[in-house]
Amino acid sequence: MADVKDTGVLEMPEQHDDRGITSERSVEQDYNEHLKNKSGPRSMVLNMGPQHPSTHGVLRLLLELDGEEILKAAPDIGYLHTGIEKEFEQKTYQQGVTLTDRIDYLAPLSNNLVYCLAAEKLLGLEIPEHAQWTRVMLSEFTRLNSHLVWLGTHAIDIGAMSVFLYAFREREEILRVFEMFSGQRMMTSYFRIGGLALPHPRGWQKRVKDFVDIFPSRVDEYEELLTTNRIWTGRTKGVGYISLEDMLDLGVTGPMLRAAGMKIDVRKDAPYSSYEKFDFEVPTRTENDVFARYQLRIEEMRQSCRIIKQALEGMPSGSHQADAPGIVLPEREKMKTQMESLIYHFKIVSEGFRVPEGEVYQAIESPRGEVGCYMVSDGTQKPYRVHWRGPSFGNLQCIPTLIEGTLIADVIAALGSMDFVLGDTDR
Amino acid sequence: MIPENLLENPIVAALKDLAPAAKLEFGELTVEITASGIVEALRRLKADLQFERLTSVTGVDRYPNEPRFEIVYHLQSIGTKQRLRLKARVASGVGEIESATSVYRAANWYERETFDLFGVRFLNHPDLTRIMLPDDWEGYPLRKDYPVTGTRY
Repeated sequence: MADVKDTGVLEMPEQHDDRGITSERSVEQDYNEHLKNKSGPRSMVLNMGPQHPSTHGVLRLLLELDGEEILKAAPDIGYLHTGIEKEFEQKTYQQGVTLTDRIDYLAPLSNNLVYCLAAEKLLGLEIPEHAQWTRVMLSEFTRLNSHLVWLGTHAIDIGAMSVFLYAFREREEILRVFEMFSGQRMMTSYFRIGGLALPHPRGWQKRVKDFVDIFPSRVDEYEELLTTNRIWTGRTKGVGYISLEDMLDLGVTGPMLRAAGMKIDVRKDAPYSSYEKFDFEVPTRTENDVFARYQLRIEEMRQSCRIIKQALEGMPSGSHQADAPGIVLPEREKMKTQMESLIYHFKIVSEGFRVPEGEVYQAIESPRGEVGCYMVSDGTQKPYRVHWRGPSFGNLQCIPTLIEGTLIADVIAALGSMDFVLGDTDR
Repeated sequence: MIPENLLENPIVAALKDLAPAAKLEFGELTVEITASGIVEALRRLKADLQFERLTSVTGVDRYPNEPRFEIVYHLQSIGTKQRLRLKARVASGVGEIESATSVYRAANWYERETFDLFGVRFLNHPDLTRIMLPDDWEGYPLRKDYPVTGTRY
């Protein structure tokens, strides 16, 4: 065991213990003491989380408070660490897809996509357009799904209860689309190395069309509930400011940067999976506060809806999988009638496929920012190493800079505006 | 070794004295840096070549080969839309490398994670403690000789 430095995260005043509870003295005594000695140490340490509802998972924040003002903040993560990166090394490449769903459980298809793209880059696979467009369409559904959960829970945190019900009404429709395509509502694993797991279901166009027809009006509904709501604007405008320089230096990605006026989006900067063929805007805001991040995500939802509409209307026909025997499972019919297909099927299922030696880093724009998959192959059937650059992990690093010096009530709003998922942080 | 077609590359040229090797594979540039020169390399990239963002720091365990650990840095230049991978090798007998936090504050948690899971120490890091695992955890799970099943290391 290497020597680990003492975890002196916060220097706590002597009269407090580390649970943040003051000693036996009554509040009255404390108050009198405070009146007598105004310059003395009078901060307290508050342990927020890991079960606090506004941390959306198991984030623990140690806050040192002076009254309602935050002097110091120290995030503590790792409560949801599941060793997924180690587990990748024990699974074949195709089996690894199922693990990616469970990393960022609010954006499973984005994670499927980045993992598949990384493996396909190593294999040099050409994916048919039909599959690429489907990937784009479902990734945008994922973005909507994630933003809707964010909107509902963020609004609840700040006190607007009813938005949650509206947002989850549409989310239900999206989950039905996922179920239609993949048979699963959340842990879809629908994108596979080499294409899609299944061909399109019958009647998907109608369901998607019904959704894109109604959704813009539903976004208007959310805006009606919130954008001009005085309580909402009072709680969010001018709250949660952090400078752009700080964010870049701390490795923040995604909507946080765009709400600070930086036009950055992997879908535009380094298009993947034929995003270059779609017409959409990257919205930005300049106010750089919680309200700007809310407006930005609302606008992103409209843009995602545009992309889905284009994908629906222009969906190219073709195969849902690449022409790569030995990597892609053969059709059921062929497997039962042709010897060669049967052999491939057996080999893929029993031992997987070999991936050429090399290392790649693939980045995509997930709803939360840049998710990156660094994959190292040693030429065997299992990845030698997979590192997951989760956007939530990168974004959470800015918490101390974001909330130090603000009031404790604003912490809830500021944290909510970051839209992190702890599964993505801890992996 | 640096292949000839990369000698002209401005990134490789700027790091030439620190880089024993470089390669361009799958359209991605990887520059290998001597472990002692990593902070200097990052500083040059940030100051002169517009690599504003450190995307991630992680490790790869090459056990039983030596030098055992590869510390991998991914950088991104927003202005020029470039990405770059730096790699420094750390032998198991040494097990430590200078921290990048003095150049990029983003390195803080990534290095803590790498320390936590690989046991590579980062010198002059502001708070090198375990981040994912409990403080009293024994062993480093992402090392290749760490067992996948069982409860004891």
